[in-house]
Formats: sequence, structure tokens, C-alpha cells
Amino acid sequence: MSEELTATTIAITGAGGDEIEAYLAVPEGAGTPRGGVVVIHHMPGYDSSTKEVVRRFAAHGYAALMPNLYYREAPGASPDDAAAVARANGGVPDDRLVGDVRGAADYLLALAGSNGKVGVIGYCSGGRQSFLAACTLRLDAAVDCYGACIVNPPPEGMPLKVNPIVGLAPDLSCPLLGLFGAEDKYPTPEETAELSKVLDNLGKQHEFHTYDDAGHAFFAVNRPAYRPAAANDGWQKIFDFYGRYLAG
Amino acid sequence: MCTYNTEKVEISGSGKGAQGWFSLTDATVYFDHPVHAMAEHTLNIDFRDAALGPAARVAVELTAESARALAAAIEAALAAVPAQLAS
Repeated sequence: MSEELTATTIAITGAGGDEIEAYLAVPEGAGTPRGGVVVIHHMPGYDSSTKEVVRRFAAHGYAALMPNLYYREAPGASPDDAAAVARANGGVPDDRLVGDVRGAADYLLALAGSNGKVGVIGYCSGGRQSFLAACTLRLDAAVDCYGACIVNPPPEGMPLKVNPIVGLAPDLSCPLLGLFGAEDKYPTPEETAELSKVLDNLGKQHEFHTYDDAGHAFFAVNRPAYRPAAANDGWQKIFDFYGRYLAG
Repeated sequence: MCTYNTEKVEISGSGKGAQGWFSLTDATVYFDHPVHAMAEHTLNIDFRDAALGPAARVAVELTAESARALAAAIEAALAAVPAQLAS
């Protein structure tokens, strides 16, 4: 694996036909058939650390694309300023998220060299959104990294604008990989076990891994929550998973 | 977790951002993941003028302990002057 790639900012068509910004990374060797990955950024936005994740997928042979979910509120703004505006406006509605992921997936499928397969991955709030997209769109593989509020409602007294979406599970369109921390409170191991049970009962293909000595955001290399052992094993599991369902 | 919990308050005053001073119209206050502070969650405040665009923002990320100390200091400073001066 050469890990050679090209990364650039492009425009794609998102929800409602809106043109939005997106970050694309494509491996060298345009003629080689390859799968695509839509990367859903976390709540702090379309930032440098998540762009690194996009490039990592390209270095491993996938075309990867991250839509800027806050582009409508703050075109051209720095990621943290854009996230502040999005928050002040009430966040990203679920239907808009789905439309933006659909636009990103369509773009990847239309790229030269696409093998016709697209997966999705999201972290934190994006973990819930990855599950949401996989239950709403026809995808080939989905990864949920510590997404909360899929099964449990928000804590009492906390006016979250998100609702549990476990009821969408019958529509899950693809295998789901879940990566969680045993010390995480949102989601707790009990909540992810409940989701696993629901998926078992529905006969939905999934594999969940919960790491000891890891809490929320253990993949985030620039945060105190980073746990190298869990993150390294998690990355291995992600590439094994995508290798089974997106490669070829 | 991402708490999403956001308090929004209209304010009047000025702040100094990357482009210099500007008038403030509102502040959002929330306890969530910080962008820069080395803590899992912080009390974050964005002082803004939405009409000037996303960059018209003064942001702080404070540990919970710091935020409570700041809130107490603000109340103490206001209480220390004659009421008619701080009304």
C-alpha cells in the first residue's frame, strides 16, 4: 500500500438540492476499483482532525468524502465559528443530515473507479447520524463510534433536540460495526447492549466492541480522551470491516 | 457526550474578536465538548453579533469549576458598586 492520495475541497449537492462544501480524498491509481466512505464530522464541525480521518481512508484505498454539515449556516467560516453558529441555530435536523449523506454517497458512486459500494462512519453525534443514515439510505456498511441517544432518550432535564432512533432499526440497510468505550456514559454499555439485542431480534448483521479503559471520544488523538490501545484496535476493526463489505 | 444543551441570551455590550472590537447582540452558553481546552467537557460561551457573520465571535471554554468561580466573581463585582451604577 503506497498511501499516496489526493485531497481537495469540492462542492456537492446536499439535502434540498443545496450546494454544500465537502472534503474529498482519493487514493492514487484512479483505474483501480474501490469503495467509498462518507465521513460524518462530529459536533465541533468540519475540522482538521476529521479531515485527517478522511485522508486516512484514502491512504487505505478508499475514496472518502466529508460533507460540511454546517456550510449553509456559515460558508467559508472557520470550523469552530461555523459550529457555534449551527449550535445557536439549533443544530442539524435529521432529515437534512440524511440528504447531505445521500448527496455525498451519490458523488462517491459517480466517481471514476467506484466499485458501486459506499459505507458511512461517524463519531460522537456523528455515530448516531451514521446509524440514522444506514437506516434511511441504501448503504453497504456503517460504523458507529460511540453515538448516544440511539436507544435511550436524552437525560431527564436536558433539553436535547435529538430523539432516540432505535425504532428505525428494522430499516437498517447494511452491516453495522459499533465501537464503544466501557467508561462512556453516553452511550453506556447497557445502552449499546440493548441496541445489539434489538438488532439480534431483527436478524440485522452487526458487531459491537466495547473497550475497557476507554470512554467517550477515545479515537480523538488531539483530546485527553484519546486511548491509543482502543483506537489502534478500533482502526484495525474498521478496516477489517470495510475490507469485507466495501472492497472488491 | 454531545449535550446539545444551549442557553441563549440577548446581551448588549462589546467584545474584541480577531478583527477587533464589535457590538454584541447575543451569547450562547453550553456545557459540551471544547474545541481547545484539555477537558472532556467545558462550560462554553460564545459572545456574538450574528449579523456580522460567524467570525464575529468571542469564545471561551472554561472548566466547570472555573465557570462557577467566574459567575460568582461577576455577581460580586456587580454587588460591590452602588445599585444605580449597575442597573
